[in-house]
Amino acid sequence: MLRRTIETREPPAATVAGMAAPAWRVIVFVLGIVVLATIPFVLKSFFLFQITLALIYAIAILGLNLLTGFNGQFSLGHSAFYAIGAYTAAIMMDGFDISYIWTLPAAAIVCFVFGFLFGLPALRLENIYLALATFALAIAIPQVLKSSLVEHWTGGVQGISIIKPDAPFGLPLNSDQWLYVYTVLVAMVMYVCAHNLVKSRTGRALIAIRDHPIAASAMGINVSLYKSLTFGVSALYTGVAGALGALAISFVAPDSFTFQLAVALFVGLVVGGVASISGTLFGGLFVLFVPNIAEHFSKGLAGAVYGVILLLVIYLMPTGAAGLVRLIVTRLVQQGRDSGR
Amino acid sequence: MSKLLEARALCAFYGATQVLFGLDLSIEEGGITTLLGANGAGKTTTLRALCGMVRTTGDIRFDGKTISGRATEDIVRLGIAHVPQGRGTFSRQTVEENLEIGAMTRSGRAAIAADIERVYGYFPRLRERRRQQAGTLSGGEQQMLAVGRAMMLRPRLMLLDEPSFGLAPLIVEELFGILRTLNLTEKVSMLVVEQNAALALDVADEAYLIETGELVSCGPAQQLRDDENIRRAYLGY
Amino acid sequence: MELFLHQVLAGLATGGIYACMALAVVMIYQAIDHLNFAQGEMAMFSTFIAWQLIQWGLPYWLAFGATIVISFAAGVAIERVVLKPLHNAPVLSHVVAFIALLAILNSGAGFIWDYTIKSFPTPFGNGPLFAEGLMSRHDGGMIAVTLLMLAFLYLFFRHTRIGLAMRAAAANPESARLAGIRVGWMTALGWGMAAAIGSVAGMLIAPVVFLEPNMMLSILLYGFAGAVVGGLTSPGGAVLGGFLVGIVENLAGTYIPVVGREMKLSIALFIIVAVLCVKPSGLFGRPIVTRV
Repeated sequence: MLRRTIETREPPAATVAGMAAPAWRVIVFVLGIVVLATIPFVLKSFFLFQITLALIYAIAILGLNLLTGFNGQFSLGHSAFYAIGAYTAAIMMDGFDISYIWTLPAAAIVCFVFGFLFGLPALRLENIYLALATFALAIAIPQVLKSSLVEHWTGGVQGISIIKPDAPFGLPLNSDQWLYVYTVLVAMVMYVCAHNLVKSRTGRALIAIRDHPIAASAMGINVSLYKSLTFGVSALYTGVAGALGALAISFVAPDSFTFQLAVALFVGLVVGGVASISGTLFGGLFVLFVPNIAEHFSKGLAGAVYGVILLLVIYLMPTGAAGLVRLIVTRLVQQGRDSGR
Repeated sequence: MSKLLEARALCAFYGATQVLFGLDLSIEEGGITTLLGANGAGKTTTLRALCGMVRTTGDIRFDGKTISGRATEDIVRLGIAHVPQGRGTFSRQTVEENLEIGAMTRSGRAAIAADIERVYGYFPRLRERRRQQAGTLSGGEQQMLAVGRAMMLRPRLMLLDEPSFGLAPLIVEELFGILRTLNLTEKVSMLVVEQNAALALDVADEAYLIETGELVSCGPAQQLRDDENIRRAYLGY
Repeated sequence: MELFLHQVLAGLATGGIYACMALAVVMIYQAIDHLNFAQGEMAMFSTFIAWQLIQWGLPYWLAFGATIVISFAAGVAIERVVLKPLHNAPVLSHVVAFIALLAILNSGAGFIWDYTIKSFPTPFGNGPLFAEGLMSRHDGGMIAVTLLMLAFLYLFFRHTRIGLAMRAAAANPESARLAGIRVGWMTALGWGMAAAIGSVAGMLIAPVVFLEPNMMLSILLYGFAGAVVGGLTSPGGAVLGGFLVGIVENLAGTYIPVVGREMKLSIALFIIVAVLCVKPSGLFGRPIVTRV
């Protein structure tokens, strides 16, 4: 009663509406560029400012994603790195009169070092314990910034005001528009770098460490070094976002960088989709706009409305926006395959 | 002998992927049946399907009662014990607590205590380690603990998923000897999934052979053992 | 020396609050294998309910008991209604659900009862416990109740079958199902118990810190710290951890000159993190041994 061997067949290439994946990617990319380019001339100043801020949050969330999403290290303290980046920029511009161009690289370096140094002792801590340690960091940073020790540089409770930069080379853009363009340029560079990192051997090592650290180490990956470096890079991204944020708001103060910011970044990460680079864009938009929408609904119950929206979003998209998109695409591809049979 | 477990047109799915394609199984009361096949054939999935741990279509009946579509906890309470792949040990609890957990659906403290003693009788090594954290036990000991835990349910049918996996040959011999004893004296019917075909065919009464989710052959174990073509094609010896 | 003793005792007094909260934290961790960030807000909301019952004329102990029952039921309901749909979702999504719960409870309490500070009665009387100024009777009563709850929980988890079933369900849900345990209901029971314990913690803490919607956040943090220091697998360790955190915080505030009132929290936390670096599973936690 032996059965015949199964005939093997090459599955047809995945298509949606008759077009293959690479064609779709080009379309989305071009559309994206068109939208990005027209926004600053179409939107009112305040709305443009909000979009800029959403993009900045997206970069911050991308930093968190590299650490938590791709490397499995749970952090509830990224508001600390955001704050350090912001204050680095503010102190450079206000205290030392350095041009805003240098603040980004400086914030990057400072935050990388801080992140790496924090990552070293954090190596010994697992999940919950790491969460608590990062939580402690998030709580501590505003308090440190307020303390009398460093008041001289940080401006204490009052914080520091800085001046929003003007467009260079006499371009016909106001400062809000220029900031938008600047942010978009920085974001593009950072997103491309992140994408390349994740797709590289290093990226695969990070993911291996996330999924099975013992096996990863048995394969010769230096787990400790990678984990600390990832902390550093993650802090770098969020710190650069912080510096951009300081420029956008033109003001830094300790109470802008509380634990609530860390929570917001975390929520943005999950809602966008853990371990999804493009998901962070949705996360940034969510983090910026949904609390405002909640307040619109009801001033007194703003928090409750936000909570309910958050629950609904999580029910409908347990793997985040990116997960939902993936699901839809898979369904469409499946339908395409089935109809082609 | 009556049919203890019967499955008809059993299909199983992991998400959108179908892995079992219309199996027909029937287990007699009182015997040992073995389910053989290569890696990835669907043996573990079959056991999980019988316990309601994966999405299925088709009909499964235990002792005449329909169990397809019911929750795992309810199926287990009807008298089916499943010793899963990887043992399923409660690592943070002690050996004795593991056994107590196995008896969770039963009442009667004296009866449970007596059964724990009986398990220790079959597996004296477990008695030595009764207060030890179960996660520190060796593979063989954890397998014995898993079987012991299943016994505490006083099952009519025991499903075992690759009990010989990762164990030294001597331990495997010991274990299978105990399984045979359990079958005869405790009257526990068994469905044993195994990759080690020679071992399984030695102890079983009936045998099923599965390949990529479909049944290829079934019959008395002796018949499968003696069929050279099947042995060479599917069992590698 | 007298100052030292004084600060230690004062630390014990505040530590009692943290120990109580730490117990609730470990309780739910044992039941669901997660840290519940909404724990503090649940306790706060329960305390408001108790306050409302007292406002409506119920005698203290009746309101106390009713609140515990209501909180238990609410905890079970939250698990079955709010969290069940996320059953198969990744862990991080659960954390977001807790955050959502936190926001809803905090905002809801503020909306219903507003943000003015209210006082909450203590059943232990208002005088000092021993000599003047060392510890109040309420502090003593709070420590006593915390230890009582601890004893109850210890007996429950170690010596009852249902306690073992709950631990099994949390530790290995799939194997627990194969033993016939209804894992979903065990988790719900865990939530109910955690909510009940949290409500007791809230009702004991409120007389000291005064009742308002934001009262629990820093206390929850101290509770987490205490639970982690003690070791998340050990309720006794959590209570001890809570007391330790109280003492350390007070001593740090007194003896380290740099530390003003604002920094007390950070110093305490960093000392805890330091403990963790030396003993990653807490002082009394059992390191989880797994075979590769």
